[in-house]
This record gives sequence, structure tokens and C-alpha cells, in this order.
Amino acid sequence: MSTNKKFTAIAVTTGFGMVALAACGGGSDSGSDSGSKTVTLVSHQSFAVSDDVLKDFEKKSGYQVKVLKSGDAGEAVNKAILTKDTPQGDVFFGVDNTLLSRALDNDLFTPYKAKGLQGIPEDQQLDAGKHRATPVDTGDVCVNYDKKYFADKKLDPPKTLDDLTKPSYKNLLVTENAATSSPGLGFLLGTAAEYGDKGWPDYWKKLKANGLKVVDGWEQAYNEEFSGSAGGKKAGADRPLVVSYASSPPVEVLYAKPKPKEAPTGVATGTCFRQTEFAGLLSGAKNEEGGKALIDFLISKEFQEDLPLTMFVDPVLEDARLPEVYTEFGTKIDKPYTLDPEKIAGNREDWVKSWQSLVLK
Amino acid sequence: MAEQHFGLLGLDDISVRFGGHQALDGVSLDVAEREIVCVLGPSGSGKSTLLRVVAGLQEADAGRVLLDGRDQRGVPAHRRGVGLMFQDHQLFPQRDVAGNVAFGPRMHKVARPERERRVEELLDLVGLPGAGARAVSSLSGGEQQRVALARALAPNPRLLMLDEPLGQLDRSLRERLVVELRQLFGELGTTVLAVTHDQGEAFALADRVVVMRDGRIAQSGTPLEVWQRPADAFVARFLGFDNVVAATVSGEVADTVWGKVPVPAGTAAGEAWILVRPTGVRLVHADEGLPCVVAARTFRGTHVAVTLRPQDGPPVDAACPLRDAPEVGRTVGVAFDASEVVPLASTAPTASTTATASN
Amino acid sequence: MRLGLMAVPCVFFAVFFAYPVAAIVARGLRSEGAWHLAGFGEVLTDSGIRHVLWFTTWQALASTALTLLIALPGAYVFARFQFPGKQLLRAVVTVPFVLPTVVVGTAFLAVLGRGGLLDDLWGVRLDTTVWAILLAHVFFNYAVVVRTVGGLWAGLDPRQEEAARMLGASRLAAWRRITLPALGPAVAAAALMVFLFTFTSFGVVLILGGPTFATLEVEIYRQTAQSLALDTAAVLTLVQFAAVGCVLAVHAWTVRRRESALRLVDPATTARRPSGAGQWALLGAVLVTVLLLLVVPLSVLVARSFDTAQGYGFGYYRELASADGGAFLVPPVEAIGNSLQYALAATAIALVVGGLAAAALTLTRGRSRPGRLVRGFDALLMLPLGVSAVTVGFGFLISLDEPPLDLRTSWILVPLAQALVGVPFVVRTMLPVLRAVDGRLREAAAVLGASPWQVWREVDFPLVRRALYVAAGFAFAVSLGEFGATVFIAQPDRPTLPVAVTTLLGRPGDLNYGQAMALSTLLMLVCAVCLLLLERSRTDRTGEF
Repeated sequence: MSTNKKFTAIAVTTGFGMVALAACGGGSDSGSDSGSKTVTLVSHQSFAVSDDVLKDFEKKSGYQVKVLKSGDAGEAVNKAILTKDTPQGDVFFGVDNTLLSRALDNDLFTPYKAKGLQGIPEDQQLDAGKHRATPVDTGDVCVNYDKKYFADKKLDPPKTLDDLTKPSYKNLLVTENAATSSPGLGFLLGTAAEYGDKGWPDYWKKLKANGLKVVDGWEQAYNEEFSGSAGGKKAGADRPLVVSYASSPPVEVLYAKPKPKEAPTGVATGTCFRQTEFAGLLSGAKNEEGGKALIDFLISKEFQEDLPLTMFVDPVLEDARLPEVYTEFGTKIDKPYTLDPEKIAGNREDWVKSWQSLVLK
Repeated sequence: MAEQHFGLLGLDDISVRFGGHQALDGVSLDVAEREIVCVLGPSGSGKSTLLRVVAGLQEADAGRVLLDGRDQRGVPAHRRGVGLMFQDHQLFPQRDVAGNVAFGPRMHKVARPERERRVEELLDLVGLPGAGARAVSSLSGGEQQRVALARALAPNPRLLMLDEPLGQLDRSLRERLVVELRQLFGELGTTVLAVTHDQGEAFALADRVVVMRDGRIAQSGTPLEVWQRPADAFVARFLGFDNVVAATVSGEVADTVWGKVPVPAGTAAGEAWILVRPTGVRLVHADEGLPCVVAARTFRGTHVAVTLRPQDGPPVDAACPLRDAPEVGRTVGVAFDASEVVPLASTAPTASTTATASN
Repeated sequence: MRLGLMAVPCVFFAVFFAYPVAAIVARGLRSEGAWHLAGFGEVLTDSGIRHVLWFTTWQALASTALTLLIALPGAYVFARFQFPGKQLLRAVVTVPFVLPTVVVGTAFLAVLGRGGLLDDLWGVRLDTTVWAILLAHVFFNYAVVVRTVGGLWAGLDPRQEEAARMLGASRLAAWRRITLPALGPAVAAAALMVFLFTFTSFGVVLILGGPTFATLEVEIYRQTAQSLALDTAAVLTLVQFAAVGCVLAVHAWTVRRRESALRLVDPATTARRPSGAGQWALLGAVLVTVLLLLVVPLSVLVARSFDTAQGYGFGYYRELASADGGAFLVPPVEAIGNSLQYALAATAIALVVGGLAAAALTLTRGRSRPGRLVRGFDALLMLPLGVSAVTVGFGFLISLDEPPLDLRTSWILVPLAQALVGVPFVVRTMLPVLRAVDGRLREAAAVLGASPWQVWREVDFPLVRRALYVAAGFAFAVSLGEFGATVFIAQPDRPTLPVAVTTLLGRPGDLNYGQAMALSTLLMLVCAVCLLLLERSRTDRTGEF
């Protein structure tokens, strides 16, 4: 048979496909790192930085920054652990205190004491002894409330976890699946911090009895079920209490046109659990020097002051100024719940499992 | 047998098996340059498979196919340079008439002007001048046939094969086309291998007729030879002669269930099968000859075919002049003419051939 | 010859599917140089897991049956009737395919949930019930049936059915005995795809069913991405494999018994204006179904994209064009360009790989049936549909990490992963049509001097051109809306439309929500326009029969 012709045909067809591919990809970044001038940051999908801030760093340091983002925080950490023998980049950003132990136990990071660490409060430096993970930002998972609802009903919004179990707040709260959602897990950990290893299941029983609704992710809870959000209003949502972040009310203002006089939502300050996000120099980084410079940049004042408006989290640097929208519309959480990363690592799976059988079944 | 001569096409002991079915069983056949050979046989006799083997669409399990003396083993269909006109035409539905005819030349990289000239020429030749732009679906059966023929001829095949070329056409068209085709092939000097189940078609078209049965060649000869002297009961029955009967020949008389039947001088003595042509069946008075009841009459235009049922043995077919045909139900006497009696090879007709030959 | 054609698809699947999946499964089942298979017993006897497996299976079966029930009349109407707006509608029914599940959730809740259409009319709420899941599956997969089955149906000669009716068969009997068997392979192919899609359903189950429902896919995602319990995930992946394998085997068995060469005719000649009350009623019923099931949910999204704080207007769309220093380095609207590039690349890969595979699968020597090897290959091509995106994504990470295959950070990995889902569509859409091409037509061409490649180009291609466009449309839509691979694969900052929509929905604020709706609307528009262009292109001169 005319084997030659056939293979020519196949080769041509394949070649055509490849040319088409190449044409489509024209102008995009090439896959390979070009020498030590590129430093690669691996992070989750929510990572963001203002263009001018990053450009400024690139100009000053002489490094080109390549950002690889994928998945949510949990996925990103797990991927970094899976690929630790052949890391995808030089620096990983986005491991929080709920997952820190997992990252450290897997020797994900090479110790590096970042420049400027002295400006970060000691209680944020959870790995202060070894400097494997550098704190970059904090965020508080809190119950948010719809101000209009409570004003209309002439009802005081809840302030504490205990309040949420009161009959006046029956059928008002929506939260997320602790097994799949980061704020959902944060809220669970907050209750564990408040009521202890043995006490939290009782609290959740009461919450459930008080008409708690659980949906899978933050997007549905906030956009579909929470009456205080833009999506919720359009969907006719009927839950004025939602587990979200302390930064949500100022962000509501930030992304509203025209600018309202006050935030449409508020924060129940006694319900907050603090998440701290860390960055670390990946073991086996190709560009270690560049990675160190990048970590220094992550806790620099410039980046720290950029954080609240790009990732909606709070800076860890003490002298970083919060943007006006935060000082004007935000709420400072003075006494958030916290849990030791070791303790979280030891109980996480069990707690989530019992939470699921308690709340979802 | 070492010195074997092959013509343009030579088939040497070809066998093809489909599972448990032997489609071709040691077929050897020679087709000379410019010869028109027609393979005749009932459906299932392997004649289409024969064409597919020659075309390279079907691999032979054993045997050789030679074209111009060259073994075609491993040569794919598109390199054999033979043409095949399919039974149901297989015109390309997405192309117009010209596109169909031009397909072959295009595949052979004939330049466009030459191609267009050829299409025009061929459409003239098959009697469809100017039909190039017509859609295939708008053609009548006869027109499709002509287009298929033009398409098959277009690449100038060294051998043209036709699979039931006129199968689906009505009788008058078929008869006209057969004449046209024979004339055309003569003019073009085309070598043709055709298969058909229609003896009329085969006899009108062919220089030589090859009768096939169960994957083997039963008889090969000119149409006249085959017609006059069918090799065996199968061939006789396939040609439409049903007056076949077992006989014991002694001298110029054969003993059969129909009584004594005269046979031509020189017929070998002993057990044999004999054929009596319907024209050799004479109707006589009921007292004379073999008494039979008239079972059916069929008007055939030039004569009336009468089916007669004797008391013993198979029915006897007779051809009567229009005026002399007896009424159904009457009892008549039958006598046989020695000149119309043909002794056959002594193979007995099997059940399967009886079945196929009767339709 | 067949082996030559199969080389490209085989290498493609070996490198971009088998190897990564094997790597991640092995990572889960192997530690310190030894296999640990004890996990099987543990996982398989867990009542929770068995419940998940049961739910996964029955909801997939129910969804498939419901989709066929609702979509087959649609396939008929699209294949046989000529009516204004047909092309547009055909594009519209494919739109759900490209939408991120988060967005579809929004749309569906607006119909089935609180204050939704059903709630308003009859006070019925279906959210967080299994009905919401089933209906959403119909919503997603309607196009699969309409396009796969309709593509072949349009080419069937209606005279066959007419002949049967002349022989005394009722309209229904004629359909059941003549058309249905001819459609068999296409229906089976569509059913198989719907089943695989719903069997591995992820977002729909979570969003519409609520966290109490879980499929195997959800469980694998949780174990892999959240808990990093690779051993459990590996067992579940193998269970999923086994289940999908069974389904593929059943499919192969049913199709093999039905396959037959059909005489295909020009689709343009088979469609006509409906006549008689019955046909008009059927057309009406199908249009109403499409309207309620597909158009209403989609228009909710469109309406919300215009419903700004200052009344109806283009406010959200204007915001899309500006990079306001928010979470995007580029204006969200640039995501359209990214998406189109990825989708085109993925479509090209899927067509080359799938086209070669389909061609290889239809090549038969003489009149013999396809061999076991070929049927195995056939099934292999479908496997990616039945395997969790997270398994493949994580597999990529740990397997394609060394030169020359260090593609983890390359943009090409995204279209490659998307093509993995697109290829089965190309193969499934092309196969029934290719197999329906009369083999003697190919032989006629070969005898006239056409080489196998020319036969494909001259005979098969013109006849399957329509199927090819349908397949390309699927591959394109799949990659345009593909979310799993895009999310699981780390990539430079080039968000695709679905990723951008999801990012926007992940933030509080009226403008973010509005932009998400606007971007979803644009995504629908891009999809519909591309599909329309694709449909248009086949009415060019060469496409006319």
C-alpha cells in the first residue's frame, strides 16, 4: 500500500494542527524560564497585585516576575506539596494558618529571614523560630449582616457566636460547607476556638436547630442566599446573615456605583476567625536569589498597602496604611478567634468529618 | 501446464473464503485484449467477488491475478488501472455529472482543459451531451447508468469491469443499451469483463460467456456454444431449460420417466442426463406419445409456452405456435424431436441448483 | 494503514491522559517502593462511599433518560423541519455548554428556586432537590443529543420511512422500526456522552443539589485537592474507571449489533416546513421546551447584566473594559481574546486527533468487522470524559514535569487538556456518519484511481463535512467553557472567560456581580456567534450537494 503518501498526509495534517496552535499562541509567554532574570511566584487563583506596584518591583530589582495561579488556597498548597521535587516556581504565596503545618511538615520551604520582618507583629509570625514561612496578610472570617433588613425589622444585628443561636435570628444565617470552602472551614474553626474540642458540636446542633442553611461555596452563600449582596437582591434572597469576611463591607462600597454613604452590610465582630496567609521560598527553587527578593517585596510597604484593594485582606506590616475605604467603611476586629496551626493540623480532618455528619446529614 | 499463456487478464486458481463460505474455489480465467467476457451465474455464485478480486478490493486467499502478465499481489485498487462499474452505480451524490465523470482523470492528475474535453467527449459518447452540470439525484435510472459508464471509462482503464451493468433498467432500455454497449466497446477496443445473472444480457454482450456455480466455473464458451450445448444440467437449467431428465441411452434412444426419447446419432451409451428444448416438444393426439395434462399457458409474443404435466416425472415445457396452443386442463400427447435433444454431462442437478435455476 | 492513522491519537492519549492519570494513581497507591492495596477494602466498605457511588450512578442514569426523552423530539425537529430562526436556535441550545456551572447555578435558581418562575406560578421550589440536578443536566446536555443525533437524522433518507408506511406501518411503527434502528448508534453515542458527563458531574450537583448530595467526582475532588488523601482518591479514581469501563463495554456491545451502512442524503433536501396540526404541535412543543428549559434561564443572566444600580443600562459592560487595579492585571474583556485563542487551539488539536482516530476506526479491510483492538481503541477515546478533571490536572502536575515534557507552565497545556474532552466529541460525532457512508462509494473512488487519502478527501470528507462542523462546534464550545483544566493547571496570568467570571463572582460588591453577569452574557454571545459562523460556513458553494 502507499504507505509513504499516507504518512506524508498524516505529517501534513499534524503539522497543520501544530502551526495553527503556534499561531494561536503567538505573543504569549513561552514556557521556559529565561535564565535567572525571571522569578516565578506560584499562588492560588485569588492572588492579585496592581500593575504599577509589580512593575516598580521589576524595575528596582531587575527581575521579571512570572505569576502562576490556579485553584483555591487548599488546592494550591496541595499542588505545591505534590510537586515539591520539581517545583513550578521559586516562591509560593497563599498557605494560611489552617494549612501551614501541612506545608511545613512536607518541607515545602527553605528557611529565609525576610528583610522587613521586624515590622510585623510577633503574634503573626507563627514560624518565627525557623523562618520557613513569612506572614504576608491576614483576613477575618466573620458573619456579615444585611443592614437594611435589621433596620426594617428594628432588630439589633447579632454580635457574637452565642447570639446566632437566639430565636430572634431563626432562619437567618447561611454558611458554607466546611469541607470545601475556606470561609466555611474558618467559621467552624472559630467555633472550635470558642467552645473547645468537646463543645463545638453542641453549638452547631443549636445553630442547626435555629434554621441554619448550608450551601457549598461562598459564591452561592453570598451571591444567591445573602439578602445584603447585589446578587442576593436580584435573586430575592432571604438570609440577612452570611459567613463572609470582615473586608466584605468596604469592598461592597469599593465596587458600587454611585458610592453609597455607608456600607450596605456590617460585621458581627464577635464571630471572627483570623486567617493569616504566608509565603515561602520553595525548596529546590531555580532562582533562589530572585525568590528572596520577591519575598522581601511581599512584605514591603508598597505591596502591603496594595493588598487590601487587590485581595481584600489586611496587611501584616504594622506601619502599612489602610486605604480610605477600609478606614471609613471597614471594621477593625480586635479580638478574633485564633487556633494554633499544630492544633488545626491535628484535628482538621476529624472535625470536618464530624461537622459533615452533624450538619449535612 | 507449466507453459501457461495469459491474455490481458489472467486469473490463476483464485480462491476466496468468507468464514465458512467458499466464495471462489480455484477459478482460472483468461481474458484476451479487446475481448468481451461475460460471467453468468445466479446470485451467490461468486461472480461479484471475482470482480472485486480483480479490482483489488478483495484479497484472494490463494491464486494469482495477472494484468498484462504482471502479478497484482500487493497492488492497491487505485494503482491497478482497471475500471469497475458498480451494480448500483455508486455515483458520488455530492458531485454533479461532470464532477463524477472527471473524478478518475482528476485522480490521475490530468490537466483541467484535457479533463473537461474528456468529460464532454464521454458524455457525448454515452448519449448525454451537455448533462455535465446536472445533479446526480435528478437523473433517471438509465441516465445514471450512462454516467456511471462514462465515469468508469474516463480514466482509460486497460480493463473495464461491469457488475450487473443493466440490472435495474427496464427491459426495452436494457435491450437497446446492450446493443449500444457492444457497439461502443467494439469501437473503443475496450477489454471488458462483465458479470450478470441475465442470460439475455450476457449472450447479447459477450464474445465469450463463463457460467459460474458455487464459486467454480461450470462452463466457458461462445454464447452459441453455451446455448447449444450446455455442459450440464445446472447450466441448462440456468439458461432457462427445465426439460432436464435422467436417462439411460442405448443407440439412438434414451429411456426416461417420460418414456422413450430419441437422441442424436453418436450419443454415448449409458446413464446420462438429457435436455429437451421446448421447441423439440411436439404436441400430438392424446392417444399417441406421452399423455400429459396442460397445466399452464403463457403468451410469449412469438409463441405460447405450455407447461405439461405427465403422470410420472417432472413437468415438460413446450413451445407452441400461437394457433396450436391447447386449453389449460386438456389432455394431450407429447412427442420429442431428436434434433432438439441435447445429452448433458452426467452430473446430477443438486437441490440448490434446482432452486436457483428455477427462478 | 490503520496503525499509521492511530499513531497520533495513541501518542496523544498516552502522553496527555494515560501517563498523567497512571502517575497520580500510582502516587496514591505506592509508597516506599511497595504497593498498598489495603485501602481498597477500607474505601469500598465505607457506607458513605457506597452511598456516593449509588447516588452517582442512579442520578446519571436518570439524567440520561430524561435528557433523551426531552431532547430526541428536539433532534427530530431540528433535523426534519425548516422554520425561521432555526440556525440561531441551534446555536442557542449549545450555549449552556460553555457556561461555568456557577453561572448556570444562578440561572437555574432563578427558575427553580425561591421567587423563581415555578415558585411564582405554583409555589413549587425545586432547588436542593434532585429534580434541580436532573433538570440542570438536561439543560447542559440538550445540545449533545440534538447535535449528535440530529446530525445523522438530517442525512437519513425519509423515503425509507415512507416505504415502511406504504407497507402498512403506522407513523410511530415506521419510526420505531426503520428510523430508530438507523439512528441507534448516534442515539447510543449521545446517551453515552450524556451519561459520562452526568456521571462525572461536579458543579451542578454541589450548587443545585446543595452540600448533602455528592458524586464520586466531588469525593475525588475533595480527597485530592482538599485533603491530599491521594490513596483514597486513587481507589475512587479506579472505581470511577471501572464504572466507566463497564458503561463503555455495554455501549460497544449495543452499538456493534446495530451498526450498518446507511445511504445518506443531502440534509438540505430532508428538511421541510411542517405541515398538518400534528407537526405544528410537535414543533410548538419543542420550541416551548427550549424556551422554558434553555432560553428563560439564560435570559435571566442577560437581564441581570443590564440591571444596574442606576436602572437598566450598559454600566456593567463599560466597567468590563477598564482595568481598575482590581484583581485583574488586564481588563476582563481581554479574557475573551484568551478564551478564543485557547478554544481555537483546542479545537484544532481535537479535530486532528479525533479526525485521525475516527478515520482509523472506520477503516475496515474487505467486509470484516472491526477487530477487538479497534473497539478497544474506540473505548479508550471516551475514557477522558469519565475521569475526574482533578485527577487529570493533578496528574499533569506530577508527570509532565521534566524536559522535554515540562509543559506545566506552558500555555499549550490548557488547550491540550481541553482537547482531551473535545476529542471524544469529535470521534463520537464523526463515527456514526463515517460508518454510515456506503463503503462501495469508497471502493468506486479507489477503482477510479483515488489513493486512501484521496478517498477520504473526496468521498468521506464531503459527506461528513456537516458532522465535522458539528464536531468542531462541540470541541470549540467544550473548550470555551472548560473550567476544570483551566483551573487545575497553573498558568501565567491569562484568565479565560469562565475563570474571569468565577473570579468576579468570588468577590463582594455590586459591580463585581454585575460584571460577572455581563461577562457571562458575552461568553454566551461569543459562543453563539462562533457556532453560527460555523453553521453558515457549510452553506458555501462547495458544501452544496
